[in-house]
Amino acid sequence: MAQAASSLTTQGFGRTRRRDRWWVTPLAIFLGLSGFVVYSTWAAFQGEHYHFGSYLSPFYSPEIFGSSPHSLFGAVPAAWPVWLPFSPALLILWAPAGFRFTCYYYRGSYYKAFWADPPACAVGEPRKGYRGENSFPLVIQNVHRYFLYLALIFLVFLSLDVWNALWFTGADGQVAFGIGVGTLVLAINVVLLGGYALGCHSMRHLMGGGKDHVGDAVFGRAGYRCVSCLNRGHMRWAWASLFWVAFSDFYVRMCSMGVIADWRIL
Amino acid sequence: MKPVTFNVWRGDADGGAFATYETEISEGMVVLDAVHRIQAESAPDLAVRWNCKAGKCGSCSAEVNGAPRLMCMTRMDDMPDGEPVRVEPMKSFPLIRDLVTDVSWNFEVKKKIRPFKPRPPDADDGTWRMSQDDVDRVQEFRKCIECYLCQDVCHVLREHQLHDGFIGPRFFVHAAALEMHPLDTEDRVEELAATQGIGYCNITKCCTAVCPEHITITDNAIIPLKERVVDDLYDPIRRLFRVFRRKRT
Ligand code: SF4
Ligand code: SF4
Ligand code: FES
Ligand code: FES
Repeated sequence: MAQAASSLTTQGFGRTRRRDRWWVTPLAIFLGLSGFVVYSTWAAFQGEHYHFGSYLSPFYSPEIFGSSPHSLFGAVPAAWPVWLPFSPALLILWAPAGFRFTCYYYRGSYYKAFWADPPACAVGEPRKGYRGENSFPLVIQNVHRYFLYLALIFLVFLSLDVWNALWFTGADGQVAFGIGVGTLVLAINVVLLGGYALGCHSMRHLMGGGKDHVGDAVFGRAGYRCVSCLNRGHMRWAWASLFWVAFSDFYVRMCSMGVIADWRIL
Repeated sequence: MKPVTFNVWRGDADGGAFATYETEISEGMVVLDAVHRIQAESAPDLAVRWNCKAGKCGSCSAEVNGAPRLMCMTRMDDMPDGEPVRVEPMKSFPLIRDLVTDVSWNFEVKKKIRPFKPRPPDADDGTWRMSQDDVDRVQEFRKCIECYLCQDVCHVLREHQLHDGFIGPRFFVHAAALEMHPLDTEDRVEELAATQGIGYCNITKCCTAVCPEHITITDNAIIPLKERVVDDLYDPIRRLFRVFRRKRT
């Protein structure tokens, strides 16, 4: 028997006796979320090329004030201070951003990938002190259900956008029913965001998770089963909808800039 | 049969070291078999706790190559070829000796959770009626074998040693099983937040990842309990409703 002096502790940033590539997942999450934040911030500040014909970028929907025909209340109010940059996206994006930021799945992921709390399971951390979500500031994450309520309202607007994207104005000024690639892009966006928001843990709580008798919930057992089914794939819905909402903006932007031509299927 | 090298922790609370052993491994062997063979061949005083060898008693919890595992369910042919296998005790509990830790803190914690308190029977013959969906939901939690691997991996205990203010994932599972039980009338939500530290859990799901019974600890037990805590403590509209309801009654 040979002796190899060592200590049992694995405390200290990055210390672990795991042999697998534990850093791959947090790194991928770090890159994925950072990429999304950079693109969406850039796109939100553009304030142009966010609509094309009947298509409206989801980053800009609902357009409360703005110069496009999709605007609900017309142009930017004259009272808007000149020194403050304006983009219709900035008026609304805080709501979906808050929804994702406070989402249970994303929380768990970015605490690991951005805050190393822990960097990965059974891997040492950089800081000794720890408060978790037990006290300020992270106790604020408990506001998540209110962002869910807002997200459900957004889903209605985004569904209306898909409806609008079914109507095309021809060269003669006549409006006709049709389906373009952009219509499909926006429709897939609603399906993915719907799967994400309806499978939310707060939604599950609302649909019976909070009751000891699931059948007493608003939509009864069926509602709870449905939401639980979406909830099982919540991580997949989260990533698919994140990617697709950015892609939808990109698609509309490229059409509007004339880089690509929208292909009319019907 | 092929020779495999093992680095096994030898020592107690006062210190120790990883000792190197070599033993022959044959097809179908698990890490616990190898540890037993080492015990028989070269280290008769090696302390290891085990009982069922079937993944059901929860005694043989340890860390194999840095990952919390049941030794009896960790197959040798899943170990990387040609590398020594490292076996060490769990980190969240005091070490007794070699691979054996003192998990009695868990028993004390369990006593602090309010026990099951059923409503009066529904029928004259002393029986109750429950719906299948409600039973199914808590059934998952009852699979727990109390191996405490989830407690071992949870960084709140492992890294930050907040044992005084945090009951750990195993007992959130236990609390969820009672709290969501269709017959139970006890209320554990306030304690979960105030003294049992559910707020320390930052839903990083390491407990779920190691559970040998595949209990979806974070998504099905902890998050639903966190939502119940929000109902009681943080949701202003709910609080308002409760004030009105109380006034009416
Ligand atoms: S999800 Fe919560 S209880 Fe589970 S390991 Fe992470 S912090 Fe601990
Ligand atoms: S919940 Fe799973 S990991 Fe935790 S003690 Fe029970 S069986 Fe073990
Ligand atoms: S938990 Fe992910 S959206 Fe609510
Ligand atoms: S010996 Fe019983 S679980 Fe491993």
